[in-house]
Amino acid sequence: MAEREHRSSTVVLLTHGSKSNQAKPKEDKRSDLISVSPSSALLTSPAMAPSVRATVLLLLLLAASSSSQAAQAAEDGIRVLSAEKRIDLTGPIVKVFLTLKVQNTATGADASHVLIAFTPAEADHLAIVKATRAEGKRKKKTYIPLPVSPADPATAAPNGARLYSISLPTPLKPTDTTTVEVFYVLTHSLEPFPAEITQSESQLVYYRDSAVLLSPYHVQEQGTYVKTPSSRVESFTRVDPTSRSGPDVKYGAYGNQLPYAYSPIILHYENNHAFAVVEELVRKVEISHWGNVQVTEHYKLKHGGAKHKGVFSRLEYQARQSISGASSFKNLLARLPPRVHSVYYRDEIGNISSSHLRSDSYKSELEIEPRYPLFGGWHCTFTIGYGMPLQDFLFESADGRRFANLTFGCPLLNTVVDNLTIKVVLPEGSKSPQAVVPFETEQHLETSYSYLDVVGRTTVVIKKKNVVGEHNVPFQVYYEFSPIFMLAEPLMLVTAVLLFFAACIVYLHTDLSIAKSQASS
Amino acid sequence: MAEPVANAAAPAPAPGRLRNAFGGVLCAFTLILIGVLAFSIRLFSVIKYESVIHEFDPYFNFRVTQFLSKNGIYEFWNWFDDRTWYPLGRVIGGTVYPGLTLTAGSIWWFVNALNIPLSVETVCVFTAPIFSAIASWATYLLTKEAKGTGAGLMAAAILAMVPSYISRSVAGSYDNEAVAIFALVFTFYLYVKTLNTGSLFYATLNALSYFYMVCSWGGYTFIINLIPMHVLLCIVTGRYSSRLYIAYAPLVILGTLLAALVPVVGFNAVLTSEHFASFLVFIILHVVAFVYYIKGLLTPRLFKMAMTLVITVGLAVCFAVVAILVALVASSPTKGWSGRSLSLLDPTYASKYIPIIASVSEHQPPTWPSYFMDINVLAFLVPAGIISCFLPLSDASSFMVLYLVTAVYFSGVMVRLMLVLAPAACILSGIALSSAFDVLTRSMKFQLSKLFDDGPAISGNGSPNGSSASTVNTSSSKNEKTEKSEAAPKEKQSKKNRRKDKEVTESVSVKPKKEKRLSVLPLEASIVSTLLLIALGGFYVVHCVWAAAEAYSAPSIVLTSRSREGLHVFDDFREAYAWLSHNTDVDDKVASWWDYGYQTTAMANRTVIVDNNTWNNTHIATVGTAMSSPEKAAWEIFDSLDVKYVLVVFGGLVGYPSDDINKFLWMVRIGGGEFPHIKEPDYLRDGQYRVDAQATPTMLNCLMYKLCYYRFVETDGKGFDRVRGYEIGKKHFKLTHFEEVFTTHHWMVRIYKLKPQKNRIRGKLKKLKSQSSKTSSTLAAGRKKNPWQ
Repeated sequence: MAEREHRSSTVVLLTHGSKSNQAKPKEDKRSDLISVSPSSALLTSPAMAPSVRATVLLLLLLAASSSSQAAQAAEDGIRVLSAEKRIDLTGPIVKVFLTLKVQNTATGADASHVLIAFTPAEADHLAIVKATRAEGKRKKKTYIPLPVSPADPATAAPNGARLYSISLPTPLKPTDTTTVEVFYVLTHSLEPFPAEITQSESQLVYYRDSAVLLSPYHVQEQGTYVKTPSSRVESFTRVDPTSRSGPDVKYGAYGNQLPYAYSPIILHYENNHAFAVVEELVRKVEISHWGNVQVTEHYKLKHGGAKHKGVFSRLEYQARQSISGASSFKNLLARLPPRVHSVYYRDEIGNISSSHLRSDSYKSELEIEPRYPLFGGWHCTFTIGYGMPLQDFLFESADGRRFANLTFGCPLLNTVVDNLTIKVVLPEGSKSPQAVVPFETEQHLETSYSYLDVVGRTTVVIKKKNVVGEHNVPFQVYYEFSPIFMLAEPLMLVTAVLLFFAACIVYLHTDLSIAKSQASS
Repeated sequence: MAEPVANAAAPAPAPGRLRNAFGGVLCAFTLILIGVLAFSIRLFSVIKYESVIHEFDPYFNFRVTQFLSKNGIYEFWNWFDDRTWYPLGRVIGGTVYPGLTLTAGSIWWFVNALNIPLSVETVCVFTAPIFSAIASWATYLLTKEAKGTGAGLMAAAILAMVPSYISRSVAGSYDNEAVAIFALVFTFYLYVKTLNTGSLFYATLNALSYFYMVCSWGGYTFIINLIPMHVLLCIVTGRYSSRLYIAYAPLVILGTLLAALVPVVGFNAVLTSEHFASFLVFIILHVVAFVYYIKGLLTPRLFKMAMTLVITVGLAVCFAVVAILVALVASSPTKGWSGRSLSLLDPTYASKYIPIIASVSEHQPPTWPSYFMDINVLAFLVPAGIISCFLPLSDASSFMVLYLVTAVYFSGVMVRLMLVLAPAACILSGIALSSAFDVLTRSMKFQLSKLFDDGPAISGNGSPNGSSASTVNTSSSKNEKTEKSEAAPKEKQSKKNRRKDKEVTESVSVKPKKEKRLSVLPLEASIVSTLLLIALGGFYVVHCVWAAAEAYSAPSIVLTSRSREGLHVFDDFREAYAWLSHNTDVDDKVASWWDYGYQTTAMANRTVIVDNNTWNNTHIATVGTAMSSPEKAAWEIFDSLDVKYVLVVFGGLVGYPSDDINKFLWMVRIGGGEFPHIKEPDYLRDGQYRVDAQATPTMLNCLMYKLCYYRFVETDGKGFDRVRGYEIGKKHFKLTHFEEVFTTHHWMVRIYKLKPQKNRIRGKLKKLKSQSSKTSSTLAAGRKKNPWQ
């Protein structure tokens, strides 16, 4: 396949308003940088041209309109000495590792936050952001996780760029430097192109990003490294210096970028990974103090890649598996806790017989096959259920409350969950439930009824959008429970049986006939 | 509930009561165990396969139950289903027997009201086993009415595991018959009970039970014909009594009124020929009752005179009325009978006139092995049971015999009605076994007592040992005695007292029984016979368990095969239905042969053209015609029906014999019945149906052949069909009007999409215009072929 490369020397600067003093030394260079020439820029490929051009224009417009807004970002005087952005495009999910070496150059204040910026599109698809700070030297290097939160919306950024702030545990004193490592995951950021493929074609996708780091700070030096799954890269935007070797594309190093500099790039490459998207996942965790935790998970799965077009030939699929339906997938792997039992896998019309369970003492792996291989745009639904021993998950906290320690997220590996709902059904009679989840979720309480319930079971409902594998972390649900409630239902049954027998006895000993007949007398 | 096992044997009150209580408890426990047995023997399908609805019709019932549980009863009655019989639709509420659905729906509602979260599917799967347990209890009651507790328990145990009934009531076989057999037996029990007691209470219950049966199954006509026959038999044999009147008259009036409430029956309850026998007998019964009444008023001489007068006038009137009736009935083409009933009366009727009834395998007459398979040793025990019913003949036992004889006839016409025979065979076998054991144990007891103390025993048959004869004998003679003492004003007494009264009359009548000569067999012979009978029973049990486990548990939508590598599962049907349900538009129409209609609507939730409710022959014939037409003509028919997908079942790759190619001849026949341009001989080479190189060109060009074998040759290079056992005739061909969109893992279900019509090229259009006369004629020809344009 012939490779097309697009040359572009254009870097779009997003901000003009804040000509901060940091930028001054390089004032002379700026004229070059601003020389935006959309018509001549970027593209020769007609297929790619409209979309990218539109993006550029949009950015320009935004830039023009927002030039009045002062970006206050650089005011606290942090500058990025060097930045390294590694983009992993090998899977259906985009993973970005960002290493920022920041320095506080301000003369006055300590800096307690470091801001990172995302474009609005990125921010919408942002599943998780994690930051760590490397401490110590070389061998004794330790990584301390840092809290990340969306920045105060009051701190306006130009063009709708969204800021996330990383709080530093020890404020950065003037002229101090530190290294912050940021990891974030973008979902639904690979656009299949062509959008519809036949069975024999493989799937090509677009990835859009910027060659230079979008940052509210002045960046002195940075490079972007992109890793694609195979060496089949149809085309990529060149922003010199750009080099490519096999599956890797390297942008940079670029020196001295102004705040909010943005240089759009587009990669068109082959990605035949399973684009498994769980459109909706409802996990129901029922806790029984009689010794079992029952989990039921309802999945609505979709192949989120390029849509399948035209004929599906089983013959081609079976006979020529390597080239036929390369982007389709037929099995998924779910990682379940160890010691699961009574695992089932079914859908609304019955059991699905194609699954395997492997267990060891650390984990259980359930390999499931949907009823049919999933091609682009095909859907399927299924349910997985399993029981787990209670003692692995339920503990008593110091204040006498109980807490269930469960895992958030989706047990299927390498999938994106668009809408996740976790329902933790606490035993009947439990009070004041409280869920502790390490990230922002939407929570509410409801009551559900199960076997012979009278007052109903308190259910904690936790909802979250855009969940990826990195969200599979423990979370806790605290509640108060008195063991006497365990006996309520057995006692109810005993009473019912007792009443039945009593009724029988009463019936047998009553004679409701009005007149005693002669035979009995 | 349980009657005491032995009530006449011990005259002394205290030990007798204890024995009664013990017998009652034992009997109750036995019945509970029988219920458990009946339930659990039907769980093989769940254990070996899964908890899933079986076959075809149960899927429809399941879907209706789902609708009922979701939308409530009023929506259910008004349900017009637009997912089936497109574009006609079907009024489900008015055309379905609602008994099963309402039963399962109520169970589901009750269970959920107790906050037990069972799904509708679970309830549906287990409805049949639950009702077979109840049916075996009903059998106990019925047989007990005829021949006493021992025979009742025996019959219940036999019915609990009779293969014929198991075949229709394994867990998951959610079909009308599962509930209907219980209703049938219970209605018979209440009829016999009313006949024995003359209680209006039971007569009312009987009508209600009959109503439930009408709700449940079309087989209710069997009841409404059998009971009049029995009434007639009683009248003819001079067994008329007021009890007979009470047993029959309320049933006809109440039963008919109630039956007319069921939408699917409606006015058929008084209009169709199936019900005429009951009305005729109703009239006869009244005439007879009147005659008996007059007889009581007049002196014998006067009565004789009146008789001759009435008979001459009455006969004339009768003949006139009957002639009018016959003329009325004969004026309708089917003589007022429905097609299925007619094919029962005339077994050759269906194959001559209604191929759609004949095409269903369960409507074929059974073979001898299927008798052995379905009722096993009962076939040999039944004659003995008949003999036992004649010793002595009572109203109840004559009913059993009549039931058996009619059921045997019906089962000989249709395999499906083997199910009606099963309870009769079980009851009579139970009676036979019970009587045999009775005789054998009695003689053993007698011989043994003679062996141990040969003093008093020498005195022979009339010895005191006779009075301590086995329990069943006494109770078997009970009916006879109750009949003798029928003049006593028993009916007025309350239930409890009546039982006591019975005991009294029986203990009074112990003497005449003693006088009866007891047949005593030699000890060795009776021991050997007992062992043989037990072995026979053992053989029966083994056969039943085998049948339940191996023969009747397969859900038919999941197939398995055992190979050296282990169990291989063929889950292609559900694969295809799941694909349809998730990857096609919700309003797409799917065409397939009618066998798969119910499953497609239930599992894939897609609109179908025809389904297993074969109410519109023309519509089915249209699909049959399309399947047997060449590609273009078929495309036109399907397109006129808005069909988007065509589904065929193909077993040639894995050797699944009941696929569409094997059913194809029926499509040709049914299609040809309505559209004469489809001719069966065109598809046969020298009268033989084949798809190999010898096949006719019509066969090799028809849509069904093409859809089944499209690109089949590329699997092995030769196109070897494993079902037919030869290479196919036409191997390489292209589809022009259809495209393959899905084929399941083992190729068992193949789904094709109708290609959209090609754009017309302008030049061609001009040409067409110039030849307008010709095109219009071809169009007209096409119109003739296709009923929907």
